[in-house]
Amino acid sequence: MTRPDEKEIRTMRPGTARLVGETLTLVYDRRTVAENLTVAVPDRSFTVIIGPNACGKSTLLRALARLLRPTRGTVLLDGADIHRRPARQVARTLGLLPQSAVAPDGITVAELVDRGRYPHQGLLRQWSREDERVVVEAMAATGVATLADRPVDELSGGQRQRVWIAMALAQQTPLLLLDEPTTYLDIAHQVEVLDLCARLHEEQGRTLVAVLHDLHQAARYATHLVALRDGRVVAAGDPRRIVTAELVEEVFGLPCRVIEDPETGTPLVLPAARRRPAPTAG
Amino acid sequence: MIVLRLPGGLSLRLHTRALVVGGAGTLLAASLAVLAVGAGDYPISPAEVLRVLAGGGTPAERFVVTELRLPRLATALAVGAALGLAGAVFQSLTRNPLGSPDILGVTQGAATGALVVVVLGGSSIALGAAAAAGGLASGALLAALAGPRGLTGHRLVLVGIGVTAILTGVNGWLLTRAPLTDAARAALWLTGSLDGRGWANALPVLAALAVLPAVLLARAPALRLIELGDDTAAALGVPVRRVRLAALGAAVLLVSLAAGAAGPVSFLALAAPHLARRLTRAPGPNLLPAAALGAALLVAADQVAQHAVGGHQLPVGVVTGVLGGGYLAWLLASERGSRR
Repeated sequence: MTRPDEKEIRTMRPGTARLVGETLTLVYDRRTVAENLTVAVPDRSFTVIIGPNACGKSTLLRALARLLRPTRGTVLLDGADIHRRPARQVARTLGLLPQSAVAPDGITVAELVDRGRYPHQGLLRQWSREDERVVVEAMAATGVATLADRPVDELSGGQRQRVWIAMALAQQTPLLLLDEPTTYLDIAHQVEVLDLCARLHEEQGRTLVAVLHDLHQAARYATHLVALRDGRVVAAGDPRRIVTAELVEEVFGLPCRVIEDPETGTPLVLPAARRRPAPTAG
Repeated sequence: MIVLRLPGGLSLRLHTRALVVGGAGTLLAASLAVLAVGAGDYPISPAEVLRVLAGGGTPAERFVVTELRLPRLATALAVGAALGLAGAVFQSLTRNPLGSPDILGVTQGAATGALVVVVLGGSSIALGAAAAAGGLASGALLAALAGPRGLTGHRLVLVGIGVTAILTGVNGWLLTRAPLTDAARAALWLTGSLDGRGWANALPVLAALAVLPAVLLARAPALRLIELGDDTAAALGVPVRRVRLAALGAAVLLVSLAAGAAGPVSFLALAAPHLARRLTRAPGPNLLPAAALGAALLVAADQVAQHAVGGHQLPVGVVTGVLGGGYLAWLLASERGSRR
């Protein structure tokens, strides 16, 4: 039985990609979202997928996570077709935090986080010492350990999202996919969640893939940016290299200027201002 | 939470409150059963009942216990446990505390089957079999109408309401087709009653209870994850569609066989899992506590039905309807009060 652990994460070499979508045709709700789409997720990267609404970001993420079967093409995980591998085995390598996650009424933080251990458990192996250790670590890493016995529905939006991330961490996968983890959060909670993701990426060496809406945050946090439009990749690479006014115009149809973020030196996109009539004196 | 760890990497985790509620529920059902067997025109003390069950007692007592009262009691226990168990599965699958077989159309399907036999004429055994078949058919209809997109929470409820509406119409039509005396017999059946039930009624439900709880318990961890959303469960490696179909199939079978044995006993499948969840305070399907409480509730309700109104018996469905409906109303009112 192969179980991903810290050792496996460390041995992943840069320059390779364990998760690749090759010539994918993706159909969702009878609508063809993408054709002939090829994407690679570099190992140990914090990959962020951006693009306008309905460009296929979330659909691509679902396909990469084995939740949507491509009509054509294959998603390869460690070189093998992800749909030909047992679901549980995939779930020990690749985790996904979907947008649609619901916390049942009254469930506590600890109870929710330990659900993440499912792919490592069995009928006669319900709660090993390893399970216990990993759940405690996941709650500590996301700063929710002190909330362990609180019902999830009593928490703030940011806390709740950290609990869901803790559940995904308890799954102990070297690859973690997040579908719009900052949606519905205020700016402070958005930063809180993204800082946590950056920390998990840097300190634990996990490969992260997130769909984000905010271009500025994407450019600031991503080590690898994938810009999608109409189901095709317009550009992919280091955001410092690829985020230009031309790219933003091409992907979003938005005239803008790109300057250097004074905080981080990453690209900062300023949408062009609507020309307003000059205020008249008097 | 109690964790048992055995050499060889085996580990079992038991939710303390669920264990206590399940144990207490079983004990309650058993004690109520002993009291119920002793109660009646020929009263027998609990100690005497136990002696008879162990193989002793006078011939008269043996006759009263094993021939007259035990079959009805076994039916009550089995139907109650089946409805509690199935109700817990329905509430989990629909992610809805009101998701019960009465709302999803399975109960109405069983009624349709029974009414067809009433109109065409047939024995009470045929009626039970037709009710079970009707329940299963409505479950299949539910799955077919929900379509390839699957039986996700809201779809299941919405399609179920549609199925219920259709079958309620069909049932009304069937009732108007029946001769007056048969219509009266049908109305009694539709209320849900344990009167005159024998081993032939209890056995199919008992047989299902010998197999299906294991099928469902093995899927309880997966069901718990499906409550977090289909995508979340799938990402954790749960074969969502397969688990849901298996659980739905088992629950529909339990409800159909229960309806075949006792008619559509209302509200039990709704109230028992609710009560279990409140007492265990554990999220998830709470399968065994719901089954134990279902059995205890139905035996208690049947005692009320038999002895509460002096002189004549009520169908047990009247009691579960009145008590269950009252419980539900109280629950909704108090939940509304506690949530700002």
